[in-house]
Formats: sequence, C-alpha cells, structure tokens
Amino acid sequence: MNKDVAVEVRNAVKAFGQGDSTLRALDNVSVDIRKGEFFTLLGPSGCGKTTLLRLIAGFETPTSGEILLDGKDITQDPPNRRPVNTVFQSYALFPHLTVAQNIGFGLEMQGRPTAEVAAVTAKMLALVQMGAMAHRKTSQLSGGQQQRVALARALAPQPKVLLLDEPLSALDLKLRKEMQIELKRLQLETGITFIFVTHDQEEALTMSDRIGVMSAGKIQQIGTPRDIYTKPVNRFVASFIGETNFLSGTIDAGGVRLASGDVVEAGGIEGHAGKVTIAVRPEQVRLTRAGEPGALPATIASWVYFGTDTHCHLTLSDGTEVVARLQSQASGDTELEKGKAVALRFAPGAVQVLGD
Amino acid sequence: MSSNEDRQRAASTRTGWALSAPALLLLAFAASGPLLIVLVYSFLTPGDYGNVVWKFSLDGWRGILFSRDIFDGTLQLADAHLTIFWRSVKLSLLTTAITFAVGFPTAWFIATRPPTSRALWLFLITIPFWTNLLIRTVAINEVIRNEGIINTLLIWAGLITEPIRIIYTDTAVLIGMTYVYLPLMVLPLFAAIDRFDMKLLEAGYDLYASRWQVLRRVILPIVKPGIVAGSILVFVPSLGAYVTPRVLGGGKNMMIGNFIELQFGAGRNWPLGAALSMTLLIIVTIALLFYVRAANRGAPHG
Repeated sequence: MNKDVAVEVRNAVKAFGQGDSTLRALDNVSVDIRKGEFFTLLGPSGCGKTTLLRLIAGFETPTSGEILLDGKDITQDPPNRRPVNTVFQSYALFPHLTVAQNIGFGLEMQGRPTAEVAAVTAKMLALVQMGAMAHRKTSQLSGGQQQRVALARALAPQPKVLLLDEPLSALDLKLRKEMQIELKRLQLETGITFIFVTHDQEEALTMSDRIGVMSAGKIQQIGTPRDIYTKPVNRFVASFIGETNFLSGTIDAGGVRLASGDVVEAGGIEGHAGKVTIAVRPEQVRLTRAGEPGALPATIASWVYFGTDTHCHLTLSDGTEVVARLQSQASGDTELEKGKAVALRFAPGAVQVLGD
Repeated sequence: MSSNEDRQRAASTRTGWALSAPALLLLAFAASGPLLIVLVYSFLTPGDYGNVVWKFSLDGWRGILFSRDIFDGTLQLADAHLTIFWRSVKLSLLTTAITFAVGFPTAWFIATRPPTSRALWLFLITIPFWTNLLIRTVAINEVIRNEGIINTLLIWAGLITEPIRIIYTDTAVLIGMTYVYLPLMVLPLFAAIDRFDMKLLEAGYDLYASRWQVLRRVILPIVKPGIVAGSILVFVPSLGAYVTPRVLGGGKNMMIGNFIELQFGAGRNWPLGAALSMTLLIIVTIALLFYVRAANRGAPHG
C-alpha cells in the first residue's frame, strides 16, 4: 500500500439500466490519486467523469470494484460517513441559512462544539474573502460569491479530499479566470487533495498537477498537463486537448513513412508496427522555402490571421491537409500567398505516434 | 411627458378598481354584512321562538362559558361547553397532525415521480372532491359502523368476536376529518416539495448529516411555507366542521359547529349561537396570526 495515495479506485464499473439498455458509465476504471495533488478528470459530457466523482463522494455505489481512501475500503460507506466533501456544479447552497450557517453546517453535523464551529467558520469566511457577507442569505449573493461560499462550506470540515464537479462552468469568462487562480491558491494553502471535474481543456491544463483524460467510461491517459499535451497516447486525447494534425503512415526504418513517400522522425514508435497515425501540433510545424532537403513539399491552401499568430492551411503532395500555426513576425507575414509552393518541417521531438 | 405618464397610471388604477368592483361588492355584502349581523345579534336577547328581541344583553357572550342554574339562577361554569371547545380544538389539531404525517410522504412521493405520471397522481388525489361531502361521510360510516365493512371482515377472519365500536366516538370523527381534509394538506405540501432542489439532499448527506438530520435541518425548514399553508387549510375548516361530527360523532360528540347549529335550531338561543360564531372566528384569527408569524420566521426570502 502506497502511503502517498489519497484515493485509490480499483476496477470500478458503474452500469445504469438493465439488459440490452445497460449503459456502462464507467468501464473498469482504475486510478490512484496522490495526497495533496490537484487532480483533474477531463473529458466530454457523458464520458463518466462525473459518475466517477459521485462514486468517490458516495452518492453512487459501483456495480463492481472498490474505492479506497487512505488505504481503507469505503466503497459501501454512505456519503455522510466519508471524510470527503463536494463542491456542486449548481453550488446547492442551503437557501434557508445564512452564509455563515451554510459554512458551519458540516461542522455542526459532525457534532463539533459551538465555539469551534464559530471559529472555523470565521477562518473560512476570511479564507474565501466573504467576511463582510457572513449574515447574508445565499440568494442575495452573486454567482462568484455563491461559488466562494460553496468552496468554504466544503472546506470547513477539513475533508481528506475535496471533490469539485465543474464548479466554474456557471461563471462568466473573467470570473472563471479569477476563480481558477483562487482555487489553485486555496489548494496550496490548505494542502487538501482536490479532484476536479471539467470538460474545459484549458482549465485542466492550467490548474492541474495531473490530468486523467476520460472518454466512453474509460480513462484514456493519466499524466501531467505537459505529458498529456506533448505525448498523447491516442487519437482521442490528441484531438480533445488542443488542436492537432493527424497524418497516416507506416513504420519504416528510423521513422514513419507518410503517404507522400516522405519519412519523418517520430517518438513513441516502440510497440507499433505497420500502419499508424501520427500527431503533430500546429505550432510545431515550421515553414521553409520549397525544395529544402529533408522538408515536406506543400502548397499554401489558405491562411487566417489571428493577431499573435497566423493559421496557415497547407496541402501535402498526396492531398493531406496540415495546419501550421506561425508566430506573427514584427515585419509582417508577407511571404504567405495562396497557391504558393513551400516546404514544411516538424520541430524535433514534436511528432508522436498514436495508439488506437 | 411625466403628466402623460401620471394620467396613464391613474387610468390604469381606475380600470383596476372597476374590474375588481364586483368581487369587492360581493365580499362587502356577502361576508362583512352577515358578519356584522351576527356580531349585533350576539348582544341581543333571545326571542321565545327563536329570532331575537331588540334588547341589549351580554347573556349570549356569558353563555359561552357559564350557564345559569335552573333552580337558584346562579352562574356556573358550563362544563359541557368547555368539553365541546376542547374536543373541537383537540380533534382539529390531531386532524392537522395526522394529515401532515400521512400527507407529507404522499406529497414527497408525488413530487419525486417523473413529470408525466405526476399529473396522474395529482388527479387521483383530487378525486374525492368530485363527490358530495355528505355522501363521502356517510360512506365512511358504512366502513366503520358496528355492522360495517371493517368489523364484518375482522369477525369473518376470526380476529374479533364482538364488533369494535368506532362509530359515534371521537375516533370516528377524527378518521372522517382526516379523510376529508387530507387533499388540502397534500396539495400545498406537493407545491412546496416540487420547488425543493433535490441537490440539497446530496449537499446535506455530503456534509455529514444523517437522514434524520437532512429531514429536520434541510427539508422541513425549506418546505415550511407548504406545511404552514396545508396546516391552515386543514385546521380552520376542521375547527368549524359540521357534517363530519354530525354524521360520525352522533348526537353526543358535538364540535363547535354542531353546537352553534343547535343554538339556532332546537336551542332557540340565537344570541348564544352568534356569540359562539364570533368566538370561533376569534380562535381561528388567533391561530392564523400564530401560523403566519411562524411562517415568516426563518422562511427563505424571495
């Protein structure tokens, strides 16, 4: 048993419905979440990320598999016996209680002495900068303020793990950015393990220590944001996080032979043979003069100017489309011209061979 | 500009008054008028064959609590009257409590059904309203009387040898009123529970509350407006109930409603009946004030 693991999910299966209409929301999911880590479950809606979160919270029981908290099996424990708290997507603040009473609710239910409840509540109010609002009703608060109260309420009983179910999705963009920083600060200050669910890849990349990318009830890849972005293991991960060029080819000595006949160097070849798909990020595609040795010949199909960069759509000799994201130059991008023959090169280490 | 707006506002106010005039007139004549007559009658002297004699007297009001001894004419506390008051209040409170205990799970059940079947359940709840109250009460009589369905079945099953006496007892009145007023409790409770955000249950459990604590600390305070509305709708008509105690309570187990009727009928004491009516009104008003205050305290805003 690893002492650094806070939550261990072992072969969790969650099926809804019966017979032919059975839906496997979670299909044999195993994951270790480390103590004090900001772990994000990332995936499109319906991928099972919320189901996994609800399994850890205790709102659902797995069809099979176990959930361990600090090495102790909590699979059958009801939510009120798990030292785990949730920040709900809709916040679910108690409308009949004030801000302070909401924050103190968990402590009170745990039977802590009144003085302690008051002290911790005051501390939490200060932590989320809501001290001035302590005696307001929650219906009088703005979305961002409700969010802070929901966070304070879930943190007050000092849970071993804090679960956050898309808590920022109801906020507008500016507030969301602020709360991202706020969440990260709270996590560092409290040292509590955060498990964060989102479908927003940017949110996941900027906030997480590690990300678990989910799709179709399975965890596709677990890794640091950098790993996930630069070394996606399959087509789903590569396309869900960031933009990617997909090229098909076959494994050849020293690299991957593309349909156009050119051979490119690629990482992650080990274990692959025959036909493969390779991925390369648009910002890793470099444009050079036509006819350069070792570069792939291409023609410019179109380009879109974005200010900081320009997205240049290129066509390879076999007709495959590749997008290159070119940093804007101080001198301007005068050499881009529709139909112009150019060549392109992939940055070293940028090409990744994908699994299925 | 602003004078134009003022004129428009004045016109719309006038229209509003004109449109509500029929209802206001009806209320003024049909509610306040008779009430005023009852109030005046309560201070008059009873006539020999009913009706009133236009002579001021406080005997009507005195008669609520006291009765004059037939032989020496001294005033004595009227035990029978107090018994009737007590029975009325007790049975009404019990009816309210039982309809709540039975109605709350029912309302919860309906509110948590899928929207399609919810309409059907609500429809079923209102079915008893389709039949006349008297018919329904007589039907209850048929169920609980000594030779009725319950006793016949129990004797047939060999569980009892003698019929259990329910009819013409307070219990019979209680059963009848609970049955009659149950929908009035269920409907406002349903409306309140329907608005209740079920996510709050998960939030409660998540924050270490047991099932009982979630019920007491989360559900009940939030659906309180529904509880108060249902309680008023049940308690007020229960207190003035006439048909149910008459049919199921027999002649003996009177409630205030029957007692009032008695004064205007065989008792031929209209001032006492009028004073009793006013007393009932006062009790109900006090009860309402109490409820409304309780409802406002701690009810969610907005």
